[in-house]
Amino acid sequence: MRLLVSELTHRYEDLTVLDGIDLTLAEGEILAVIGPSGCGKSTLLGIAGGIVAPTAGSVRVEGAVPDGCLNPITFIFQDFALLPWRTVEDNIALVLEHHRLSAAERRERTETGLRRMGLWDFRKALPKQLSGGMRQRVGIARALAVRPAMLLLDEPLSALDAQTRELLMDDFLGLWRREKTTALYVTHNLDEALRLADRVCVLSRRPGRIRELVTIEEPRERRQEPSAQAHLAEVRERLWHLMKAEAQMADREIARA
Amino acid sequence: MPDSLPASPSAMPPARPPAGGAAGRTVAAQPVRFRGGGFTVKRHGWAALAAFAALLAVWEGVSRLGLASPLFLPPPSAVGRALAGMVADGSLWLNLKASLARIAVGWVLGTLGGMLVGFAMGIFSTARAVGVPLVSAFFPIPKIALLPLFILWFGIGEPSKFATIGFGVFFPTVIATYSAIDSVPRNLIRMAQSFGLPWGAILRSIVLPGALPGILAGFRITASIALILVVAAEMIGAEYGIGAFVLMAGNLMQTDTLLAGVLVLSLMGLAIGTVLSLLERRLLNWR
Ligand SMILES: Nc1ncnc2c1ncn2[C@@H]1O[C@H](COP(=O)(O)OP(=O)(O)OP(=O)(O)O)[C@@H](O)[C@H]1O
Ligand SMILES: [Mg+2]
Repeated sequence: MRLLVSELTHRYEDLTVLDGIDLTLAEGEILAVIGPSGCGKSTLLGIAGGIVAPTAGSVRVEGAVPDGCLNPITFIFQDFALLPWRTVEDNIALVLEHHRLSAAERRERTETGLRRMGLWDFRKALPKQLSGGMRQRVGIARALAVRPAMLLLDEPLSALDAQTRELLMDDFLGLWRREKTTALYVTHNLDEALRLADRVCVLSRRPGRIRELVTIEEPRERRQEPSAQAHLAEVRERLWHLMKAEAQMADREIARA
Repeated sequence: MPDSLPASPSAMPPARPPAGGAAGRTVAAQPVRFRGGGFTVKRHGWAALAAFAALLAVWEGVSRLGLASPLFLPPPSAVGRALAGMVADGSLWLNLKASLARIAVGWVLGTLGGMLVGFAMGIFSTARAVGVPLVSAFFPIPKIALLPLFILWFGIGEPSKFATIGFGVFFPTVIATYSAIDSVPRNLIRMAQSFGLPWGAILRSIVLPGALPGILAGFRITASIALILVVAAEMIGAEYGIGAFVLMAGNLMQTDTLLAGVLVLSLMGLAIGTVLSLLERRLLNWR
């Protein structure tokens, strides 16, 4: 599925958060969005997912939707957003309950998601009994259960430690190797952007505008290889430079205010 | 250099240690002294029991030694005998039954009504706009003061007591319910919306269970309110009931019987609290 964002502007009361965003995500493309804190990344994602109404401009989607897709645009959350009173499997069942599915299909979707995320043995556990990484895997399994066409990820690994983050990045890579799910991936972490994204969108400090769109030429599967490192280092340098400049200016504005 | 500053280098801050070695004092090998004691809560179940037993013993002793007139402060043994007498002649069950029935009916009515209104106020902003000022106006009224009015309306019988208890339970329940709904994490509701859950499903699967801890905490408060109100209502006008029983014993100067009634009331409060704890442990084991 393609995502077309055009002339998007958003204001909370009189705080302009996003200003004139034009963006197109190709079918199956993974776009990382980085930018200083408070520049409107989560807002952009919320608008793209239809849970925040934009002040002006439009967001449209078009294109292919996988078979059996129940929720074309699906979120994966930073805080996992699991119901603490439901077991792992019932958390996944939650997003299937309101669809007319046979009991067998319901079970099949839950089981497939759980098995793919290595959670099958933990299906009866409550979220409080799981580590952060496992909780986010439940979040991913829940998203997979509805067979999305597009994933919106809001700092999905920020609440996790570095090792767990590595493991989950591998999970995402595996996921995107199998499914050509378009994704908008908000992060603060350049490693994640460089490992996972096809392109990186750098937003300016608030009001968020697109500072630059950087394409990572190396294909995702080859980024661990030595031959890719020179290019990645170059991209990292460029992104870091852009981010630093924006963050410093944002800090200076706060200091002046 | 201003002369207020010490000239001697030894009074200056310690110099940086030379690279590779430690400067200053040398510590000979020694075990690390434990200093993490205290400031933690330890369970001493026996201590509470012992204190309780000691209190009873002192009380008993005071009465036996004639330091207090048994008319004003009967010893625990006399209270125990009075309680045994109540069990034997059936007056305990007769009065307990009457009180429990009033609490049950009044509490259930007040709770159902309160939860209904509380949910409406938690979910619909119009209901909240109307409800909050009304609740704030009625909440502070000492509900027992309305009993005479309820007696005029409903007669001296049971309904006026149900109404007093129900009314007393209603407002705290409303407040507990709508604040519990407010405290349901917004991110969970957003999540459900983002997966396309319909309104009713969000209410059933997220708002209701998410509000349950707050609602159950409210039950604890309303149960104690119901207990206070039932005693007060029974003292104003009832044939049976622990409140009436205690009042009567007081009028007859039967202090041992009076205290036995008070003991029964405390045990009722304890029993209600235990039931609620069990309920919480059962329903909120996910916390
Ligand atoms: N519902 C809201 N009402 C008012 N202001 C809001 C609301 N949501 C966000 N904001 C403000 O809008 C700005 C952008 O918020 P947003 O969450 O989109 O930023 P972000 O880029 O995701 O930040 P972070 O990196 O900290 O997650 C922030 O200054 C925030 O305080
Ligand atoms: Mg954010």
